[in-house]
Amino acid sequence: MSLARELWRDKTACVGFLLVLLLVVTAALAPLLAPYEATAQVLRERLLPPAWLDGGQSAHWLGTDHLGRDVLSRLIFGSRVSLLVGGGVVLLAGAFGTLTGMLAGYLGGRTDSVIMRWVDTQVAFPGLLLALVILMVVGSNLTSLVIVLSLNGWMVYARLARATVLGLRRLPYVEAAEMMGCGAARVIFRHLLPNMVSPMVTLAVLEFARIILAEAALSFLGMGVQPPGTSWGLDVSIGKDYMFRAWWLVTFPGAAIGLSVLGLNLLASWLRVISDPHERDRHLARRVFRRLAAEGPPP
Amino acid sequence: MGRYLVNRIWHGLIVIFGVTAIVFVVTRLVGDPVSVMLPIDAPAAQRAQFSHDLGFDRPLAAQFGDFLVDSARLDFGQSMWQRRPAMEIVREKLPATLQLVFLGIVAALVLAVPIGVLAAMTPGGRLDKAATLISLLGLSMPQFWLGLVLIYVLAVRLHWLPTSGIGTPAHLVMPVITMALPALARLVMTVRSAMIEELSKQYVKVALAKGLPMTRVVAVHGLRNAAVPVLTIAGWELIRGLAGYSVVVETVFAWPGLGLTAVQAISRHDLFLLQAVVFTVAAMVVVTNIILDCLYQLFDPRLRLGGPA
Repeated sequence: MSLARELWRDKTACVGFLLVLLLVVTAALAPLLAPYEATAQVLRERLLPPAWLDGGQSAHWLGTDHLGRDVLSRLIFGSRVSLLVGGGVVLLAGAFGTLTGMLAGYLGGRTDSVIMRWVDTQVAFPGLLLALVILMVVGSNLTSLVIVLSLNGWMVYARLARATVLGLRRLPYVEAAEMMGCGAARVIFRHLLPNMVSPMVTLAVLEFARIILAEAALSFLGMGVQPPGTSWGLDVSIGKDYMFRAWWLVTFPGAAIGLSVLGLNLLASWLRVISDPHERDRHLARRVFRRLAAEGPPP
Repeated sequence: MGRYLVNRIWHGLIVIFGVTAIVFVVTRLVGDPVSVMLPIDAPAAQRAQFSHDLGFDRPLAAQFGDFLVDSARLDFGQSMWQRRPAMEIVREKLPATLQLVFLGIVAALVLAVPIGVLAAMTPGGRLDKAATLISLLGLSMPQFWLGLVLIYVLAVRLHWLPTSGIGTPAHLVMPVITMALPALARLVMTVRSAMIEELSKQYVKVALAKGLPMTRVVAVHGLRNAAVPVLTIAGWELIRGLAGYSVVVETVFAWPGLGLTAVQAISRHDLFLLQAVVFTVAAMVVVTNIILDCLYQLFDPRLRLGGPA
């Protein structure tokens, strides 16, 4: 309840939340919302402009592409790919990275230096190029996309998880749990993990935005989602060949990517503010100050 | 400093070895190089001959040993597509990528400093809000889309600039803007928060109390102390660009650099050329990382004695 009220007070965060909500609802209800199948072709209705322009038809609000497919329907179905790939990578990379990072931070010593050395090495890899090479060899589908992007993205979680554990592990309640005889697994999962939720979730939302951009870029380069699949990045790459005649083919899917990522970024920065007590105090002080200033000087 | 440098170079070699090994494992073990490089309908005899000619039928350990030795000698074999040494092509394409990435990051840095400083002078003010909003938009827009929109508006509609290619300074404008914008967005945020932090410190109040003008305090004292985080992020952006994020920009503008070469090598299944590109990029990233780390130490005496944590 209080969280919802806090969200309502921050207007930019509200916009972000609504954009993300729109993305999730669209993806969940895609078959109900979309007027056509994403791949339904009507060759006589090729390259129709959006409905409000000359030559547009009210049957195709955002126009049609070079095969007569409805742009709006493709946008709606495309949201599923972004969400699926983004969610899959965040879960996979997040789980693996958090676990290795916590192990490094909690066990320390040699485990720590081996894991962090590994993280440092992999961070210096040219990730995008390696992703392209791997996708070329194994072929590109949703599963391989999720795995390749996870391989590239787990290191941030490991670093954050390790740093957070280092901050937590000397707290009295953790030492108490150890003294009562809790094993490493129990301390990590039962006592440390619940206290790391908010920084990890903030990072996950931020990474979600990054992964949506990465998937779009890979699909744009032709190494992501393959036709007849639907993805916003793929649609932009198809549309660019018709850009001079049909601007709407590039504009709408690109805007969909941008708005989704913007929503996630706004949400992440709000999460960062409300989960950090210092930032929260500052935020509150600013609001009180503004209200006092608006009321004018005391009589 | 000397020991630290040796440490860093050693780690850099591990990174390059790791990248090389991954490319080897992925292309030789996970995938079959012959079926990647030859058309699907190639007859079995041709496959066997091809496999034998390129040494793919030898034991893997021997292949890997040769691969490492050849990599160390910068010999990555013949490009199947262009029928000449892969490294020769890489050497030819490298300058265009370097030009694009460096100009992009320098442009981002030059613009980000004044914008970020002005935003930090009045946190929460109108200018600050505008800067934050524009940064957020810059971070959220897909780079390839920004490039296409620029082409549509500036080249197709207004005819101000050529759509793609390389040659005159006019060809540089749109690729550099596209390259610079995400970096600009992150740098503006960094300059802003670093300056806000510096300006709230005691020494700033002392300087102002002594009667120094605000502009001098900001430009000389504040900026100098805010330089380290800003340069760190700028270096990070530089590495990001070199590490292959120029691929997208180069593809959009048909910019004949390493990134476009990588995409072409992929679509033509030119394994050896791709290996040469990946190796070169990994080496560039490693060298840039080492140079930047040394620069930070020169810039910030506080970092001097500490090695990697």
